[in-house]
Amino acid sequence: MQSIAELLGLLPGYSSIPETYRALIPVVVSCVVIFACMALAVLFAVWLERKVSAHIQDRLGPMYVGGWHGWAQTLADAVKLLLKEDIVPASADKLLFKVAPFVVFLGAFAAFVVIPFGASSFVADLNIGLLYVFAVGSLSVIGIIMAGWASNNKYSLYGGMRAAAQIISYEIPSAIAIMTVVIPVGSLSLVEIVNAQQGGIQNWFIFRYPPLVFLGFIIYFIASLAEVNRTPFDIPEAESELVAGYHTEYSGMRFAFFFLAEYANMFLVASVATALFLGGWTWFVPESVVPQFIPGPVLFFGKVLALVFVQMWLRWSLPRLRVDQLMYLSWKVLLPASLALVLGVGWVTVYW
Amino acid sequence: MEVEYSGDVMTLNMGPQHPSTHGVLRLELKTDGEIVAAAIPHIGYLHRCFEKHVENVDYAGVVPYTDRMDYCAAMNMELGYVLAVEKLMGIEVNNRVRCIRIVMAELGRIASHLIAAGTYGNDIGSFTPFLWCFRDRERILDMFEETCGARLLYNYNWIGGLMFDIKPGFEDKLIEFLDYFEPQVDNLNRLLSDNWIFIKRTAEVGILSPETAISYGVTGPNLRGSGVKFDVRRDEPYLGYDEFDFEIPVGQGEYGPVGSCWDRYMVRIREVKESCKIIRQAVAKLTPGDVHESIPKRIKPPAGEIYMRTECPRGELGYYIVSDGGLKPYRLKVKSPCFTVMSAFEEVSRGAMISDVIAILGSFDIVLGEIDR
Amino acid sequence: MWNYFRDIGLGIVTVLTSMGVAWRHLFTRSVTLQYPTEKWTMPERSRMRLFNKIEDCIGCGQCARACPTDCITIQTEKRGKDEPEVFASDGTQIKLRTYVFDIDMALCCYCSLCTFPCPTHCLVMTPEYEYSVYDKLDHIYRFAKEKPLSGKAQKPHSEKTESHGQ
Repeated sequence: MQSIAELLGLLPGYSSIPETYRALIPVVVSCVVIFACMALAVLFAVWLERKVSAHIQDRLGPMYVGGWHGWAQTLADAVKLLLKEDIVPASADKLLFKVAPFVVFLGAFAAFVVIPFGASSFVADLNIGLLYVFAVGSLSVIGIIMAGWASNNKYSLYGGMRAAAQIISYEIPSAIAIMTVVIPVGSLSLVEIVNAQQGGIQNWFIFRYPPLVFLGFIIYFIASLAEVNRTPFDIPEAESELVAGYHTEYSGMRFAFFFLAEYANMFLVASVATALFLGGWTWFVPESVVPQFIPGPVLFFGKVLALVFVQMWLRWSLPRLRVDQLMYLSWKVLLPASLALVLGVGWVTVYW
Repeated sequence: MEVEYSGDVMTLNMGPQHPSTHGVLRLELKTDGEIVAAAIPHIGYLHRCFEKHVENVDYAGVVPYTDRMDYCAAMNMELGYVLAVEKLMGIEVNNRVRCIRIVMAELGRIASHLIAAGTYGNDIGSFTPFLWCFRDRERILDMFEETCGARLLYNYNWIGGLMFDIKPGFEDKLIEFLDYFEPQVDNLNRLLSDNWIFIKRTAEVGILSPETAISYGVTGPNLRGSGVKFDVRRDEPYLGYDEFDFEIPVGQGEYGPVGSCWDRYMVRIREVKESCKIIRQAVAKLTPGDVHESIPKRIKPPAGEIYMRTECPRGELGYYIVSDGGLKPYRLKVKSPCFTVMSAFEEVSRGAMISDVIAILGSFDIVLGEIDR
Repeated sequence: MWNYFRDIGLGIVTVLTSMGVAWRHLFTRSVTLQYPTEKWTMPERSRMRLFNKIEDCIGCGQCARACPTDCITIQTEKRGKDEPEVFASDGTQIKLRTYVFDIDMALCCYCSLCTFPCPTHCLVMTPEYEYSVYDKLDHIYRFAKEKPLSGKAQKPHSEKTESHGQ
């Protein structure tokens, strides 16, 4: 953000803007940049998902639009969704129905503000960054319940209720699992957490106190899958049961917002996992051995993409859990395990 | 699973347009939260007046209509009808026709079970097995197309013979396919059948006890999934099935009570392998002959009635034909296996969860075209 | 307690197995046929659109009688005595003038029962499968070329079809 402020300072007439507004401009600009980058990444992820699923299923996936392996397919789909009619059911709660997709979308994108993409590429370094991510990230539950309720459709209602129960349950193990990282660092700031992992792969938290933090990573990853409603935890939109869950009644651009939010959420949880466990933007080996020749943000994005790929890979190889099994997994398996891990990490940090 | 339900009941209409009702079935679910107090199936959305319609079509013209009953296993549907008319007219077919019919019927069974397994994976939430199954089924359809020209609705079995003889080199293609296909079944097992999530989802739900199954008249893989060893191919052999060596897989209840969804699913997977065995034997028994040899010039059965039952992929398929000595059937009644199993659905799914209702419905492997006819 | 850990253990192992199977398929050859650019070569026995070589048709109407869905409409009249004799390519004399030979492919059930009784083998099912149209009436293929001499009004097939709803 500092560099953006410096760049903006070169613009003619920039210094004549009053101080109070001038402080806002870099924030807005960097938010727009992040938003644009994430929107592009999401479009890419949708394409990647279709390709991964296709190849796992011995298909080819989109091949025509844009030429090389149908790279422009998602662009074409986005244009199609933009042009489609925006249907609001007659018996729906009109206001909530219209607002809900934006709430979900907001929750997904707002959390990116604190993600450190590089040593200096982040919008804000909050000292409660992780707390912010979790708080804003769970905002989407409200949107989902709004959508489920406002659609006035029984399937949507089921989807909304399932999503609420699921996301709230899985916040707990995932929040506890990241404590395995927060305890050694002693800070909730994502930048500080990444800085603590400088100096090569052996300093990444995933390899710290083996296998304690690694297990924490696994628990966080599973719980985050559930938080973003991905298979095997996609019960809120379970296609074969609830048609499409909470977005059954949505069409056109409002549906696209739900769709984009799902992928943005995937990127969000993968970004958090990267920053916490996989060293963020840091290089694989100490700088003294091989200097880092890939820019930090690119490295970060590569790691995120690897995690997103694993999410897709899981989705296309596993069946879906049932509601009660989902709750069983959260409360009876992940929660005790994560609590034990936190105790273990705490003991190791204090007495080792 | 024993679940108490009480309080407010919401009626959820699942279908007729729903991704996993396998056609146009309407399930009226009385739900209390996620628990289903009652699931009442309403059928008839795909009724096409099959039985009345065929009273106005000559005997040979009925065969294309039987194809359209269970469009996933059209070969087996027409086989049952053709055998019934042949029995009524007293036609004996030669060995070549018998062997080709068995090969085609078992290929149809494999294709149908592949759809059943694939869509069942889809019902449980795993989409990949669906396309793998369709990939292999496609090769079967290619062989059908090469032999009779149609991919789905064949009209291949004719009264007294077959539409065409198989092409030269078909046997080699068949063996090549079987060699390719049998490892694919294990692959599918590794991906889906043995997956612990899948087992947990299916192994303890939808228990159809042997007594219930028999009392409802359930047949086919659904009955065998409950552990009852009954197969028309073995117990009332037709087409000389008694000369073949094959096992009748039954549900063993490895991961829960016998008669669960997983047992029914697994019976189908195992039957596919048995069908492969039968096909290999049938190919070995092929003798030269003319497949048009005993096709009557004029299909005019004597007055009388006949009931012929065969084992189609979904169970015991019965054709009851009344002939008045004319060129058209006086009455034709079909005993449909899916219809009988649908009657047991309400009892099996009582007290299950919404996801389980889908799992149970998928494990019954119904085809609405055959239920409604 | 044993069951609890068994479930977790088996869950992890089988999930990894499934992922392994899926991973191998990520690199196997796909079976997709890129349809409009690549096309499947149809087997010669393919039963798709019906075609009638009207020059060989003797107008016997056996195909129309065999059809279970009555999709073939044939109207004929006797050729006059003073007219030149017409023969099909296999030498059969064509005594009837077929002035209506309509096949409604929208009604056809592709059973191929009509092609077998044809004495001159002029009615065949072709491997042509791409013939979708915007109007259902365009699925009526009119093969007859000759006009009736006796002055009988030709009953348009379309009226009959329209009564089916459209």
